[in-house]
Amino acid sequence: MKVYVPRDSAARSVGADEVAERIAAIAGPGVEIVRTGSRGMLWLEPLVEVETAAGRVGYGPVAPEEVDGLLAAGLLDGTAAGLGLVEELPWMRRQQRLTFERVGIIDPLSVDDYELHGGMAGLRAALTRTPAEVVEEVTASGLRGRGGAGFPTGIKWKTVLGAVADEKFICCNADEGDSGTFADRMLMEGDPFTLIEGMVIAGYAVGATEGYIYVRSEYPDAVATLEAALELAWGNAWLGENILGSGYSFDITVRVGAGAYICGEETSMLESLEGKRGTVRAKPPIPAFEGLFGKPTVVNNVLSLGSVPWIMARGAAEYAALGVGRSRGTSVFQLGGNIARGGILETAFGITLGELVDDFGGGAASGRPVRAVQVGGPLGAYLPASQFELPMDYEAFAAAGAMLGHGGIVVFDDTVDMSAMARFAMEFCAEESCGKCTPCRVGAVRGVETIDRIRAGQDRKLNLVLLDDLCDLMTDGSLCAMGGLTPMPVRSAVKHFGEDFGE
Amino acid sequence: MTSVSPHVRSPKECALAAARAHDGERGALLPILHDIQAELGYVDPEVVPVLADALNLSIAEVHGVVTFYRDFRSTPPGRTTVRICRAEACQSVGAEALVEHAKAALGVGFGETTADGAVTLDEVFCLGNCALGPAVQVGDRLHGRVAPARFDALLGDAR
Ligand SMILES: Cc1cc2nc3c(=O)[nH]c(=O)nc-3n(C[C@H](O)[C@H](O)[C@H](O)COP(=O)(O)O)c2cc1C
Ligand code: SF4
Ligand code: FES
Repeated sequence: MKVYVPRDSAARSVGADEVAERIAAIAGPGVEIVRTGSRGMLWLEPLVEVETAAGRVGYGPVAPEEVDGLLAAGLLDGTAAGLGLVEELPWMRRQQRLTFERVGIIDPLSVDDYELHGGMAGLRAALTRTPAEVVEEVTASGLRGRGGAGFPTGIKWKTVLGAVADEKFICCNADEGDSGTFADRMLMEGDPFTLIEGMVIAGYAVGATEGYIYVRSEYPDAVATLEAALELAWGNAWLGENILGSGYSFDITVRVGAGAYICGEETSMLESLEGKRGTVRAKPPIPAFEGLFGKPTVVNNVLSLGSVPWIMARGAAEYAALGVGRSRGTSVFQLGGNIARGGILETAFGITLGELVDDFGGGAASGRPVRAVQVGGPLGAYLPASQFELPMDYEAFAAAGAMLGHGGIVVFDDTVDMSAMARFAMEFCAEESCGKCTPCRVGAVRGVETIDRIRAGQDRKLNLVLLDDLCDLMTDGSLCAMGGLTPMPVRSAVKHFGEDFGE
Repeated sequence: MTSVSPHVRSPKECALAAARAHDGERGALLPILHDIQAELGYVDPEVVPVLADALNLSIAEVHGVVTFYRDFRSTPPGRTTVRICRAEACQSVGAEALVEHAKAALGVGFGETTADGAVTLDEVFCLGNCALGPAVQVGDRLHGRVAPARFDALLGDAR
């Protein structure tokens, strides 16, 4: 008899450990408690699932003090009143879970579970092909970088494969600094072997021998899970010398960041991995030619690398069949902020913003009208509910003066003051700027001051013009997207919510 | 980050041990500094010349790295560090009000430690718990849906 309780840090943040302990204390020795990742229905956490003949039956949210009553009512045989079959819940049924297919289902640190649920099929398939064929497969899938910029992954790999050097690196960007995003964390905590497998495939494809995962220090649980998973992978010849008997060798090291948002920018991350201050490098040269320690380097987001095993196992065509326009395959969307049903869901590109916020998310948690959503992290645009028909598609968002970024959607109800959010965008940029260029370092400070004047009603018209000029300067004159994109949330707030700026 | 236990090694000994533990690793300054902070609770300025010497770097380089990253502190923290998320998703569900409450309840601002040495308060931008905000980290432990009353209860446990 198996009972599943997530060990994901979001689930733990609302009592999953206490629930698991209470169940263990009173259920008796015949009951095995499996700690899984989270299904992503975070409003239902702690979500307890029990195995029945029909499938897993869910209960949630379960408070620790409710455990005794639920057990007495028949939780262990799934007869207590609850959510019913988890796979049949509308939130689960409407998804296409590829990258996240195992998250919430398996014990993240069980190598047997992993293989039983399709793990390692991608690497096994890759090792029967030449590196160039693997790169071709990834290119054909249409996979684009999930870290924000949406650059085609296969093309990046092809550049590194073609570069001649005595060593090459795979660097996984797990800095996930964008507020409103937590999919990288949930994959690392819920199915770390998928990321490891994806990195080994990348290493094989481009001829790298070493990889690094750069994880932000705000994610101690993810770091611990990755470390444990790497140990197990080594023990299984999934990593290290002569992987799966193929003759190919590859190693991975976890590195922990130190509280700097800018270290998510790829060249800043490379500096940090080299033990330096995280200042941004000028490009060219691009990391694919001169990356970590000056060697050709693939830098990819967790979700980009984590999508590769599925693509290799099932074929590029099946992946590319999903999506719209040049946004192929699935994306993992994250619903956060003031939202009734927050969490993660994976579905093909093309679903609309409104379907995500209203149908999946159920609107604002406060029960008040949704007034604004910020898509794509702190550098992403604020959009009003009137734009909810926008499809989740890189190009459609760019055309609307917005960006998908890492797929995070943060919801605000009608009590939000958008001039305060615009001010925060500038404050954040001032706080997190690496300091290398003036438009960003000084511009953001001026931005805060200018918005303060607007908020205080001082020469509003004049200061709004000044703010617009400043945004132009930051957009055109910044070395990287930190300073270059901070105007996006600021300008979109002014454009769509002018009344909050006294317009 | 976590509660700090009294240490026995001097900052200098600690720095040398950390440098030795990462001997041969490329670009290992960050892991070394993390090790030092894990042991001492902070990065004592005394370690800077020691590390510069051990790693064949200039003092300015090591100092530059220590001061660039927000995680590394130059003075000992309180027994427990509490960090409140101030990023957008948590703001949408009342993070700013929680910050005001926390500052008033503890009588300190960000980066400060209560007079009894129990708690250091700080801000953080996103803890990856954006669907269950306001989010707070106590030591290494993440907490979600932290309304002011729950914040007080967490602090009670920490003290
Ligand atoms: C300020 C800034 C922060 C960034 N933060 C992240 C991050 O946390 N994670 C990430 O994967 N990419 C981040 N990026 C994008 C990276 O620079 C880079 O495009 C990405 O890691 C490449 O991987 P991908 O092609 O798989 O997306 C950031 C970029 C900027 C300008
Ligand atoms: S735009 Fe800002 S973060 Fe980017 S390089 Fe310039 S100063 Fe650094
Ligand atoms: S914004 Fe607070 S946890 Fe992400």
